[in-house]
Amino acid sequence: MRSLKLLLVFLLASPVVASAQGKLNVVTSTEDLAAIAREIGGDHITVESIARGYQDPHFVEAKPSFILKLQRADVLVAVGRELEIGWLPPLLTQSRNGKIQVGSSGYLDASLTAEILEVPTGQITRAEGDVHPLGNPHYWLDPENGKRIGKAMADKFGELRPGDRAFFQQQLASFTSRLDTAEKRWLSMMAPYKGTKMVTYHRSFPNFAQRFGLDIIGYVEPRPGIPPTPQHTLDIMNEMKRQNVKLVLVEPYFDLKTPQAIGRETGAQVLVMPPSVGGVKEVTDYFKLFDYDINLVIDAIKKSGAK
Amino acid sequence: MRPIRFACAALLAATLVAAPRDAAAQTAAQAQQIQQQIDQVRREFNDRLAALEAQLASIQGGQAPTAPPAAPGVPPAPTTVEVPPGAAGAGGPSGPIPVYGSSVTNAKVFNPDMAVIGDFLGAAGRNEVDPQPALELHESEAAFQAIVDPYARADFFISFGENGVGVEEGFLTFTSLPGGFLTKVGKMRAAFGKVNTLHNHVLPWTDRPLVTRSLVGGEDGIDDAGISVARLIPAGPVFLEATGEVYRGDSGESLYKTSERSDLSYVGHLRAYHDITESTNVDFGSSYSYGHNPAGIVNDVDLGRFTTKLFGVDATLRWKPLSRSIYHSFVGRSEVIWSRRQQFNGRQDAMGYYASGDYQFARRWFAGVRYDRSDRADDASLLDKGGSATLTYWPSEFSQVRGQYRRTDYADGPAANELLFQFQFSIGAHGAHPF
Repeated sequence: MRSLKLLLVFLLASPVVASAQGKLNVVTSTEDLAAIAREIGGDHITVESIARGYQDPHFVEAKPSFILKLQRADVLVAVGRELEIGWLPPLLTQSRNGKIQVGSSGYLDASLTAEILEVPTGQITRAEGDVHPLGNPHYWLDPENGKRIGKAMADKFGELRPGDRAFFQQQLASFTSRLDTAEKRWLSMMAPYKGTKMVTYHRSFPNFAQRFGLDIIGYVEPRPGIPPTPQHTLDIMNEMKRQNVKLVLVEPYFDLKTPQAIGRETGAQVLVMPPSVGGVKEVTDYFKLFDYDINLVIDAIKKSGAK
Repeated sequence: MRPIRFACAALLAATLVAAPRDAAAQTAAQAQQIQQQIDQVRREFNDRLAALEAQLASIQGGQAPTAPPAAPGVPPAPTTVEVPPGAAGAGGPSGPIPVYGSSVTNAKVFNPDMAVIGDFLGAAGRNEVDPQPALELHESEAAFQAIVDPYARADFFISFGENGVGVEEGFLTFTSLPGGFLTKVGKMRAAFGKVNTLHNHVLPWTDRPLVTRSLVGGEDGIDDAGISVARLIPAGPVFLEATGEVYRGDSGESLYKTSERSDLSYVGHLRAYHDITESTNVDFGSSYSYGHNPAGIVNDVDLGRFTTKLFGVDATLRWKPLSRSIYHSFVGRSEVIWSRRQQFNGRQDAMGYYASGDYQFARRWFAGVRYDRSDRADDASLLDKGGSATLTYWPSEFSQVRGQYRRTDYADGPAANELLFQFQFSIGAHGAHPF
C-alpha cells in the first residue's frame, strides 16, 4: 500500500515534458518523408525518422524509444496506405501526444494527395498474400508524388506555424522547381531505355517504373510478403528467359540468395536498389535517391545489353 | 441554401392555408405565386444537379488510370462505387456514389477493426499432475479495436475457450490527457512483468511458464477490472515508465479474491528500456502487486483476511539487425517472481523464475528453449522444475505452427514428458506486430 502511494506521488511529481514552441518538431515514419520534410522545412524545423532506409518499412519494431520521439513531436508524417499498420498504431497510442493522433491537426498522411497505384478492385483476400487494400504504399518513388508530398507538408507546416507559412511555401517553390529540372534530366537519361523489362523482389517500384517507362514483368516473391518458393522461382526464370529479361532489382533488406540463383540461371544482373533515402550510404536526400537508382539501372542495362 | 428555400416556401404555404377566409382571393393569388416560386426553385435545383453530375462524370473520365491528384488545395475526389443494379429504379441513387475511407460499402466505415485468432493445441505423452486434452481449440480470440473519439480509443478482446466465453480485455485508452498520463479504464491484463501482459497468441511458447501458473494466477494471470495510469519519467535517452494500477481484486483461480468492496488489489510497475545499438536493446522491469487471497475464506466468510504480495523483476535482451530484420532476431528473457502469501498455516514465501531464449534463424523459422522453476504459492515446500524446446514455423504473418517438447519434474507426482503442438491463425484486420 505504502509503496503504491509512493509510486503515485512519484508519478505526479515528475515534471511534464513541455514541447518547445520554437522550431516545429517533425517526426516521419520513413527517411524518404524526412528527406522531403527537410527540403520544405529547412532550418525552421527539426526532423527525425522512425524507420531507417535500409530496413523493411513493413516490419519496423515498435520500440519504446520511438515513443519518446513521438511524445515530443508537433507533426507526425506517415506514408499511410497501411504501410505502417504493424507498428505505428501502438506507438501512437502510447505517445501521450494528443497533437499527433490520427485525425488531429498534427497527423499528416502523405498518401492523401499522391498518385496511388495498384489499388485492388473487387474481392481481395489474404490468399493473395499481404495485400495492401488501399493500394501500393511505395508511392514516393515518383518525383511527381515527391512534389505532392512536399506541398502537403508545406501546407501542414504553415498551418501549424503561421508565422513561417511564407517561408515554407518559398521552400516548396524552390524544391518543386529543382525537382522539375532534375526530373527532366532523369527522364531524358532514361528515355533510351524505355520499355526495359525487369523483375523486382517486392512490389516496391511500380511508381518508379511507371514514371521512367520500365516494364516490371514479375516478382521474386510469389505473393506480397510470402518468401520465394522453388516453383515460383522456376516459373519466373522461365518467364525471364522467354521475354529475355536481364535485370532483377532487390531491395536492400531482402536476402540475395534466390535473386542470385535467378541471375545465374538467366544471365540477368542482380541489383541492390534502394527504394528509400538511406537505403545505401550515398543516398542522403530525395534527389540522390533518383540519381543513384537511375544510374544503377542505366549502368546495368548498358552492361547486360538488355532492352 | 436550396432546402432552406424549400422549407420557407412550404412554411409560408402552410401559414397561408391557415389564413382567414376573408382573405381568400388574395390567398389564391399568393398561392399561385408561391407555386411559381416552387417551380422555379425546382428548375434551378434540377439544372444544378445536372451540372454537378456532368462535372462528376468528367472528373471520373479524366482521372482514369493515372489520376493525377488534386489541383492545389482541392482534396482528391473520393473513390466511388457503383450503386447496385435495381436501386436506381427503386428511387435510390444512380451512378457512382462516393466511398469515404477504405470500406466497400458506406455502412462499414465506422466498424471497428475486427480479427479472430484461433489457437489450436495438441498434446502427446504423459502428464498425471496437470493434464491437458489431446486436442483442443484452446482459445478463439475475437478482437475489436477502434478510435472512439478525438480523446480515446477502445480495444476489446473476447476469448472463447472450452469453458465458455470471457472478456479477456476490454478497455478504453485516453490518448490525449494533459500531463502525459496514459490512462486505461476497463478490464485488462495488469502490467505485472512481461508474460502477464501478453495474450496467448504472442507468446513464443504453446504454454505459460510454471512460475506464472504457480504464482501469478494461472493462465489468465492478473486480469481484472480496474484503472491503469502510466507516465513517462524524463531520463534522457532511456525510456522510463512508471505504471500504477488499481483493480477490483479478483484475479486468477486462487490469487486474489474479494469479500468486501475495499479488498482492492494494486499493481505497480517500473520499466526501463534502452537502445544499446540500433539492433540491440535491453528492457528491465520491476513489479509489485498486492491483494486479498481466498485462503482465509471459509463457507463464504473471509475469516482470515489474508493477503498476498508479489514482487517481480524482469529483463529482456533483444537483437534484430535492421537490414536483415525479417530474417534474423533473438530475444532472451527472464522473470523472477517472489510471492508472500498469508494462510492459516502461516506465510508461504515462494519463489520462481523462467529464463528463455528464442532465435529466428530464417525468415519463417524460430527455435527456442526455456527453463522453468517455481515453488507453489500455497505450499512453498513444493518445487516444480521444467524445461522446454520449441520450433516454430510461420507460413505467413497470419499463421504459425509450433512444436514444443516439455519435461516437467513435479514435486508431488511423476515427471511428465510431453510433445505439445499448436496451430495459430488470424483472420481479419492486420493487428500490430508484438514487441
